[in-house]
Amino acid sequence: MLAYIIRRVAQSVLVLLVTGFVAFSMFSFVGDPVENMLGQERTQADVDRLRDQLGLDRPFAVQYWKFLEQAVQGNFGLSYRQGRPVSEILAERLPATLELAAVSGLLALLGGIGFGIFTAIRRRGAAANVIMTVSLIGVSLPTFLIGILLIYVFSVELGWLPSFGRGDVVNLGGWSTGFLTQSGLKALVLPAITLGLYQMTLIMRLVRTEMLEVLRMDYIRFSRARGLRERAINFRHALKNTLVPVITITGLQLGSIIAFAIITETVFQWPGVGLLFINAIQFVDIPVMAAYLMMISVMFVAINLIVDLLYFAIDPRLRIDGKAGGH
Amino acid sequence: MQDRPTETLPPSEPSRLARAWDSDLAWSFRHTPVAMVSAAVVVILVLSAVFAPLIAPHDPFDPGSLNLMNGFTPPGRPNAFTQDMFLLGTDDQGRDVLSTILYGMRISLFVGFSAVLLALVIGVILGLLAGYLGGWVEALIMRVADIQLTFPAILVAMLIFGVAKGITPPAYRDQMAIWVLILAIGLSDWVQFARVVRGATLVEKRRDYVQAARLIGRKPFSIMLRHILPNVLNPVLVIATISLALAIIAEATLSFLGVGAPPTKPSLGTLIRIGQGFMFSGEWWILLFPALTLLALALSINLLGDWLRDALNPRLR
Repeated sequence: MLAYIIRRVAQSVLVLLVTGFVAFSMFSFVGDPVENMLGQERTQADVDRLRDQLGLDRPFAVQYWKFLEQAVQGNFGLSYRQGRPVSEILAERLPATLELAAVSGLLALLGGIGFGIFTAIRRRGAAANVIMTVSLIGVSLPTFLIGILLIYVFSVELGWLPSFGRGDVVNLGGWSTGFLTQSGLKALVLPAITLGLYQMTLIMRLVRTEMLEVLRMDYIRFSRARGLRERAINFRHALKNTLVPVITITGLQLGSIIAFAIITETVFQWPGVGLLFINAIQFVDIPVMAAYLMMISVMFVAINLIVDLLYFAIDPRLRIDGKAGGH
Repeated sequence: MQDRPTETLPPSEPSRLARAWDSDLAWSFRHTPVAMVSAAVVVILVLSAVFAPLIAPHDPFDPGSLNLMNGFTPPGRPNAFTQDMFLLGTDDQGRDVLSTILYGMRISLFVGFSAVLLALVIGVILGLLAGYLGGWVEALIMRVADIQLTFPAILVAMLIFGVAKGITPPAYRDQMAIWVLILAIGLSDWVQFARVVRGATLVEKRRDYVQAARLIGRKPFSIMLRHILPNVLNPVLVIATISLALAIIAEATLSFLGVGAPPTKPSLGTLIRIGQGFMFSGEWWILLFPALTLLALALSINLLGDWLRDALNPRLR
């Protein structure tokens, strides 16, 4: 098991090194930042000063070393567009994305497991069929169309919920939260549903398939023969064994929630890091793009690693195998 | 039969068409209504996109034919000033929505097909090399694939788009946007093909016919292309169909986000982006019709892909 963990950590470090190199290559080969930052009316002195400030006149190897050194400290230089430190902008924007992702993830997990169990137990019921059909349509709809549809129904037609922004936020020591105000909570509803819906259908289908598989097993039949109540069989015996694959998929989906937040944040003009990234692409703001790439790859790698380690915590069989086989 | 003068083929050998009609795939197709309907939708949409210049009532990219007075004409009703009729209405600049959809679909489909073709070529070549040669070539290719798979394809496509945009000079960005899109989506999607082809190649490599080809002195590249490739094409075809739907959605998403097809050459995603702005002021048709077209296209290609996967899977027969 130890060897396995070491191998996984090494693999994660490799992924980070590769993305780091990609991020650095973006810095050194793409566009002329000076061109982007200074307007039409510039003097050669302005250009030289900015070049020196950004360290663009130094050799490749020096710049690369400087990049690595700075990146480890979370420093990605100045945004070409806003002229402020990228780390500062990211720190400002991150709470919005994390709150959105957390609520969507929770929604997807609870909704997915709930509906999954329901559709598995009442497999032939009318309600289960309706849920399955709706989920099929949900999977085929692109995320941005779901967002537009929700805005149309709940903001334009019914006027119940806001169509853009985060509402009022409260600043708690550098962390701006929308959880504490009514308008903040209202603004969260539509984006969270948009972002969580796809993941919810995925988890639901997975739980349903796993549940049906488990319910067919002998030990469930024996429990039934022993006269255990349906509820105890379904929740205490069946559900537990469906959770291992659910945790893997949910963990991996957590990463894609953060990535897909880019789309949701653009639809709802949600002031998070995803919207920042899209604007950075539009204006070729390389420091922001590179910093976002590094930030998201650290998150992905960490999530993958935690999910793999959770495996051992949840499934005792793996632990025994690891000890017995020694690999 | 024999006294019919029109009969040109000997009766012992049925024509290619007849053999295709009798094949398992065609039989399954004729007995799956969902497949037939979605195939019909796809064919109609593709044909109307290909022949858009012939069937579109207006040329939306010819500024001379636009009349600003025609702006915001509702679908199926005459314009208040000019009395002109438009089946699906017009946008703010008086462009016929039906025509922009037909031309937009052309761009969406072109990007989708080209991107999948690019992904397929890269993926199949790398998959064959990895599976057949093994060793460090395989290790390198599969490691790169693993790393890329850590990130969602749409994110990879965005990054490639951003980088490519940075490299192209500003004056050419709009012209190059379509090609950059193809490159971005194609490069973000090759991993699937490479993994499947590698897996199939590993199996085929050990078969007798490959050993025989090797014994008579065929070169490795010719074995890969002439002997192994034809035998691994079935799964490639299935992935290509599903990838096409994904590529069309990816293109629409990127264009919707403003990092894809430019407003001067709008794809379906760009049209939805433009239409979203008019949702609040009541001009629903500018948004609804492009969105429905995208949905019909993606859904029917997806259903076709699902059917193809089941029909080509020998275990399900």
